[in-house]
Amino acid sequence: MTVETLLTDLRLLTPELILAVGAMAFLLLGVYWKGEEAAARLIMRLSTALLVICAGVTIWMAGGEGGTAFHGAFKLDAFSLYAKTAIYLAAAGALVLASHYLQSERLAKFEYPVLALLAVTGMSVMVSSNDLITLYLGIELQSLALYILAAFNRDSLRASEAGLKYFVLGALSSGLLLYGASLIYGFAGSTGFDAIAAAASEDGAKIGLLFGLVFLLSGLAFKISAVPFHMWTPDVYEGAPTPVAAFFATAPKLAAMVLIARVVYEPFAPMTEEWRQIIVVLAILSMGVGAFGALMQSNIKRLMGYSSIGNMGYALVGLAAGTALGLWSVLFYMTLYIVGVLGAFAVILSMRRAEGMVERIDDLKGLSKTHPALGWSMTALMFSIGGMPFLVGFFGKLFVFYAAAEAGLWWLMVIGLVFSAVSIAYYLRVVKVIWFDEPEGRFEPAPAGVALISRAAALATVGLVPVVGVMLALVINAAA
Amino acid sequence: MLEITLGHYLALAAILFTIGVFGIFANRKNVIILLMSIELILLAVNVNLVAFSSHMGDLAGQVFAMLILTVAAAEAAVGLAILVVFFRNRGDIAVDGANMMKG
Repeated sequence: MTVETLLTDLRLLTPELILAVGAMAFLLLGVYWKGEEAAARLIMRLSTALLVICAGVTIWMAGGEGGTAFHGAFKLDAFSLYAKTAIYLAAAGALVLASHYLQSERLAKFEYPVLALLAVTGMSVMVSSNDLITLYLGIELQSLALYILAAFNRDSLRASEAGLKYFVLGALSSGLLLYGASLIYGFAGSTGFDAIAAAASEDGAKIGLLFGLVFLLSGLAFKISAVPFHMWTPDVYEGAPTPVAAFFATAPKLAAMVLIARVVYEPFAPMTEEWRQIIVVLAILSMGVGAFGALMQSNIKRLMGYSSIGNMGYALVGLAAGTALGLWSVLFYMTLYIVGVLGAFAVILSMRRAEGMVERIDDLKGLSKTHPALGWSMTALMFSIGGMPFLVGFFGKLFVFYAAAEAGLWWLMVIGLVFSAVSIAYYLRVVKVIWFDEPEGRFEPAPAGVALISRAAALATVGLVPVVGVMLALVINAAA
Repeated sequence: MLEITLGHYLALAAILFTIGVFGIFANRKNVIILLMSIELILLAVNVNLVAFSSHMGDLAGQVFAMLILTVAAAEAAVGLAILVVFFRNRGDIAVDGANMMKG
């Protein structure tokens, strides 16, 4: 490999390089800086800025031509560029949410933003992977950083238990994923996605590849917390510090969903009939557990955990379509979901009384009277995540159901609608508590960043509707 | 003489993998055993990869196995660190004890 080709390859990795070098530089800065609090605050700001810069660089790169790097192991296309931009912005939002919380909970350490940056680097590699090895390394870089973040509040028993559960189940899922990858390598004769696609279109290797694919998808389903690999989600959301849960619910979910989409749409495109059955089962189970599991919850973070399980199910409905329209609908759905969830967690982070953070749903009683803006925001966000017409979340759901129906999966769409109706019940319960119960005291004023994100996300649930309508019409016309 | 073929290696890897998975679900006593089970799963994968690699005369599998070894070391470090934190908060490392959160 000559210097020129190396430089050409590295140019495609610009955002990843910026992130990796930035994370290491901040780590050094944090170690050598005297005064822990000041270092934590400075590095938090620098990391947020770095993520926004990376999003800018990624958008700028969208103008150039994509391509593959390192002998086809790393692929840059419109799909991965879009996902990366969304991941960087979501992670920046999650860091803004974290900043004040960590200071007030005495958790302000410079390792937090550094670990978040490393996790984001991993996600960035994941969505660009074009080879089983890149896929694995991306996932592990992300997961190892996330395990530590889950247990970040190390003096809390709940947080360390959440971290331990997440670690054990995460490592098991990595094992399943690797076993699948090793079988795919053996039957396809290569780890590259292009070679796997070639092997998958021949009949001889299909059984072995399918066997490997089942394991691979099990491992990946864990990362998006699809049922039956969801056991960790409610516990980790409840036990981990709230901004960590907000981070878990956004960027890593998008990255893993995009990775699943890439795996089934590219190397396994010739086997659509086979993998569709797996995705459909995951989708139905996730929607069901998401809808019924959340009904009896009293902790708002746990509720968000079940809500995310259910919402991954809806995204998988779009993926099951196996068409270009389905792919569009998944990206679209995930983007709207991330905006909603970031806003909802901003509201949860505003739930601070004089004695500390509170996180029961009952603590939201009478929010519309004590804090009207927060009450309106949470109402709009809950309705949007639940898919009530005519907020943006509704159009996201409409789009995935439309994609499934167009691919002939009518029955799946009907099942999705039923579960969607059930899940509205618990979003409505939150809204009922906010509007019709008597207040039980006020919250402390929320820090500026948190307030801004909760308001902006709530406005987006209404303000994005015209944009979404136009996009929906364009995409459906283009596909028809 | 019995010849050792690819099939034997794959069977060995499948057995190791199954033992590892069972070790995670059947063990209710000690988290350290969970870590050992995870290592067993990763080693089963490595056997698979190296067997395929040598059978096909393709180096990618061995490269993959080396990377898995490296990542497994990092994973064990992170896992043990979390385990130490858990132990300091709880006083023991029984799997049954990890039940603060339910539902």
